[in-house]
Amino acid sequence: MKHPIVLLVLTNFREFLRQPGAVFWAVFFPVLMAGGLGLAFTQKGELNQKIAFVGNDQTEEKSWSKKVGNETTGFTNYEFLNVGFDEGLVLLKRGTVDLIVKKEGEDYKYHFDPLNPEAQLAYINLTAALNGNQTLSNGEDVVPLKEIGSRYIDFLVPGLMAMGVMMSCMWGISYGLIEKRSKMLLRRMVATPMRKAHFMTALLVSRTVMSAIEASILVVFSWFFFDIHIEGSFSALVVLYLSGTLAFAGIAILTASRTDNTYVGNGILNAVVMPMMILSGIFFSYHGFPDWAVSVIRLFPLTIFADTARAIFIEGAGWSQIVLPVGVLAGLGLVCMSIGMKVFKWY
Amino acid sequence: MKEVQIAARQVIKHFKDVKAVNGIDLTIYKGEFVALLGPNGAGKTTLVEMIEGIQKPDSGEIKLKGMTWAEHAGQLHQIIGLSLQETRFIEKLRVRETLELFASFYGLGSERVEEVLELVNLTEKQKAFTDKLSGGQRQRMALGISLLNEPEILLLDEPTTGLDPNARRELWDILLNLRKRKGTTLILTTHYMEEAAYLCDRIVIMDQGNILAEGTLKQLLSKHVKGEIIDFTVDRPMERDVLPGQQAILNYTFDKDTLSGELLVTDIVKFLPDFLLYVQQEKIQIDSLECRKLTLDDLFTSMTGRHINQ
Ligand SMILES: Nc1ncnc2c1ncn2[C@@H]1O[C@H](COP(=O)(O)OP(=O)(O)O)[C@@H](O)[C@H]1O
Ligand SMILES: [Mg+2]
Repeated sequence: MKHPIVLLVLTNFREFLRQPGAVFWAVFFPVLMAGGLGLAFTQKGELNQKIAFVGNDQTEEKSWSKKVGNETTGFTNYEFLNVGFDEGLVLLKRGTVDLIVKKEGEDYKYHFDPLNPEAQLAYINLTAALNGNQTLSNGEDVVPLKEIGSRYIDFLVPGLMAMGVMMSCMWGISYGLIEKRSKMLLRRMVATPMRKAHFMTALLVSRTVMSAIEASILVVFSWFFFDIHIEGSFSALVVLYLSGTLAFAGIAILTASRTDNTYVGNGILNAVVMPMMILSGIFFSYHGFPDWAVSVIRLFPLTIFADTARAIFIEGAGWSQIVLPVGVLAGLGLVCMSIGMKVFKWY
Repeated sequence: MKEVQIAARQVIKHFKDVKAVNGIDLTIYKGEFVALLGPNGAGKTTLVEMIEGIQKPDSGEIKLKGMTWAEHAGQLHQIIGLSLQETRFIEKLRVRETLELFASFYGLGSERVEEVLELVNLTEKQKAFTDKLSGGQRQRMALGISLLNEPEILLLDEPTTGLDPNARRELWDILLNLRKRKGTTLILTTHYMEEAAYLCDRIVIMDQGNILAEGTLKQLLSKHVKGEIIDFTVDRPMERDVLPGQQAILNYTFDKDTLSGELLVTDIVKFLPDFLLYVQQEKIQIDSLECRKLTLDDLFTSMTGRHINQ
């Protein structure tokens, strides 16, 4: 005879591991993201950018390229497409080019969206280059950073880990609960002497273990391929991870506390997950947003989790720096969980 | 004196404007097999789930062995077994794993699981994933789960709906076996008259939240409706007034589209010769003729004007 918690945990594992799709998204997807994005941004070498060139029809060439930059600043290869102005506009709307250069006599006119940073950079580079200089700067004052901890992959991996925990908890817990409710399985289970606390404990335990495995695979992969290091305290990272898991498990239980409709459940889940995925600075820093937005974004649990994880990974943060975020995450988790349990619909 | 197992008094449950259960009194004794028979929407599930403690009555009282759900939920969970009208189990779990999970809630181990697998003929299917089971196997698994704790009171909500006759028969045999060996008290809901008639000592006919009639099959048929039925089809319409033996006719219906009639008569042996003679004289051609005893469906129809399976 085994304890019900043991069998409930086993059941959760079996349910998860026997669905190859779920395993793929939870384990391999974050690793693929790290791998793909890591490669794309660490081996970037030269940048290529297309520019629409509206000339005065003297050249017959369809396109030509010009390399701008030097060894220290890195090169950008501009490929000029010889087109009419209208055609250039179409290319710009499609996103093929960011900027149209129009030659008027000996002068150049630049057409671009001043809010587009890529176009701005191209404009600055090209005004210099087309006027005969190689770049604005000769690169003597540039010190290239190649140190571990300052690369894009160093920024990315802690965020991916936090995101992985969020996804694992939200989908794993919410979806499982809603499905069991819609199948009348929750109703069937509480019609036995099963203790509700056992059910919830098993849910938390199995999810903590699963997302720990997922996170470890990601970190080990990144360490192996990209030489990622955890500069700060490993035990602090573990505690942070546990508080993050608690936070998202709580949110998941709350979102799944009432509905028995998987479509409604999906909608609620996406409404909670998507804003954080996009805004919490997992892939790119959120500091590009206006100040008021940044102050809101910093309150999201995923932002707190990802930023603190980064502080541990990159900045070498230890216990003293994580007390507040860990407290906030754990508190949020406990509050959501107790509300969720209060209003939870078993039938 | 028979021991009362379940007592429901003036139980009412309404949903918005639907009176799902509308003041029901029901007493069930130890070892009885009782069928709740009624069409869809009669309130069977609502009543059974209130007895199971899953739904709460708006008013009225339900006691199982003298205990109420409000006070004795823990004990009651130990002594009842149930299958819901519609439970789908975890697809990626095997039959045996599912039973072991539920067994653990009762503090039972693999030995009991093996016994139950044997009991519901699923030993050979124990390694199958639950989503690969046939309808009959799935219902037998649900029954197996409900039997894990050797319940004193078993409540099965439409255990055979949607099953083919063989699968249904297999389930019936398991239940009859249970009655012989364990003396379990059973409430089963169904809209199959044969099932109620074959399995149960007592039949409770429900419609629109009320109990229309209850008793043994014999009692129901003799107390509530008398007579026998003649079904026939002919080549032209026949009015009731022209038929012979008027005083023997209890009820007559004729469908002009299909040219088929149904006669309810007090005594078929007396009535039929006159009827056949009349048909012969009038040169009416009979395409079919069938005489039969009354069924529960006729009873239901006589009380509600509808058929059970409609
Ligand atoms: N949760 C509910 N909400 C609203 N109406 C319900 C609910 N459950 C049952 N009903 C209604 O109560 C009536 C009885 O339903 P039910 O007990 O399921 O009947 P049966 O099991 O005999 O088919 C039906 O009209 C049904 O639509
Ligand atoms: Mg029903």
